[in-house]
Amino acid sequence: MCLAIPMQIEEINGEWAMVKEGTVTKKVNVSFTPKAVVGDYIIIHAGFAISIMSAEEAKNSLKAYEELRKAFY
Amino acid sequence: MKNSEKHFINWITKTAKKLPSTKLMEVCGTHTVNLFRSGVKSILPPNIEIVSGPGCPVCVTSDYAIDNAVELAEKGVTILTFGDMVRVPGTKKTLEEVGGYKIFYSPSEIFDLLPETGEAVVLSVGFETTVPMLAWVIKETKKRKIKNLSFYSLHKLIPPPLKIIDEQSVIDGFILPGHVSTIIGRKAYDFMKKPGVVTGFEPELILRGLYVLLDLIAHGRNEIINAYSEVVREEGNKEALDMIYSVLEPDDADWRGLGRIKDSGLKLKAEYADFDAVKRYSLPKEGVIEHGPCKCGEVLMGFITPDECPLFAKQCTPDNPVGACMVSVEGSCAAYYRWRTE
Repeated sequence: MCLAIPMQIEEINGEWAMVKEGTVTKKVNVSFTPKAVVGDYIIIHAGFAISIMSAEEAKNSLKAYEELRKAFY
Repeated sequence: MKNSEKHFINWITKTAKKLPSTKLMEVCGTHTVNLFRSGVKSILPPNIEIVSGPGCPVCVTSDYAIDNAVELAEKGVTILTFGDMVRVPGTKKTLEEVGGYKIFYSPSEIFDLLPETGEAVVLSVGFETTVPMLAWVIKETKKRKIKNLSFYSLHKLIPPPLKIIDEQSVIDGFILPGHVSTIIGRKAYDFMKKPGVVTGFEPELILRGLYVLLDLIAHGRNEIINAYSEVVREEGNKEALDMIYSVLEPDDADWRGLGRIKDSGLKLKAEYADFDAVKRYSLPKEGVIEHGPCKCGEVLMGFITPDECPLFAKQCTPDNPVGACMVSVEGSCAAYYRWRTE
């Protein structure tokens, strides 16, 4: 339930943002990350952003997920 | 394997050699799963034991709470819930056996699941990571003046059971949750006597957290360190905390394995009384917390490992779960079953 992949914000409209990772685009609520701007990576839990991650940290995190994905699926 | 991971494993092994028999506890269902899935558990030296604590919100839900939900469903109320609640047995039935429920993945979907006629109740389960989302939905429900929806708050807070377990001094150090900590902050754990490390979820981050924790223990440093600072801040997430405490307030709660803990749960505040299912349906606030031969409670406290329960892998399997720890994807018993027998 806690698994949260950082996703990059493409667009923000008030409380809602469109985020993309790879081919997946989702609508996410960003009311708990009011400082997030387009281009930021956010950690998402249950459809809501809970934290902003720096671009560099996000890239490392995404690489790790990619390796996990390759190893286990 | 990455170089950084190899380094962490070397450091962990070296540090572990200096330690006596050491028992660590993790308190996050996702850590339970990822410790197995990443293979970290299998590389640990034999003197380091990691047990799971009460970090699975479905697992710690009392039997009578499930019975309350089942009774509502039998009366024709549509139960809206996260998926793994439906297979948890109460003292009589599971929601799955009764039917009349709908599953959501994100709480914001709740409004799309409302029945056209009749009442709906949300089984509001989860620790501090999930509470802000449900609080947001409760607030929206009031704003939109929705009349046929109410919320059964079964939410629980992580620090209170940690305090109890910490004081028992059976655990030498704690692997602290990643995303609960995003909400409550590193400083929320400063009350603890034993060392703890806020840890992320990927294998490298788990290794990093483990290394820091073992190092703290080896040097007798009883501190709380944030090893997931990419995402967790000292003070947590203020907006999320404000959302929680504008809608809910602390209340006593009953935990499988721990019994009643003061102020360890959350209830809807007076201004949201119209949306409180406990009030709307006069739901009993006490009853059987756990029953029968299931040893889920002892597993949740880290007293026994799942394979030490006499029912494990015999009467109790993921296909035929006797207790919540086997039902939930993040339950200790389910994780043990999946990774021990594969």
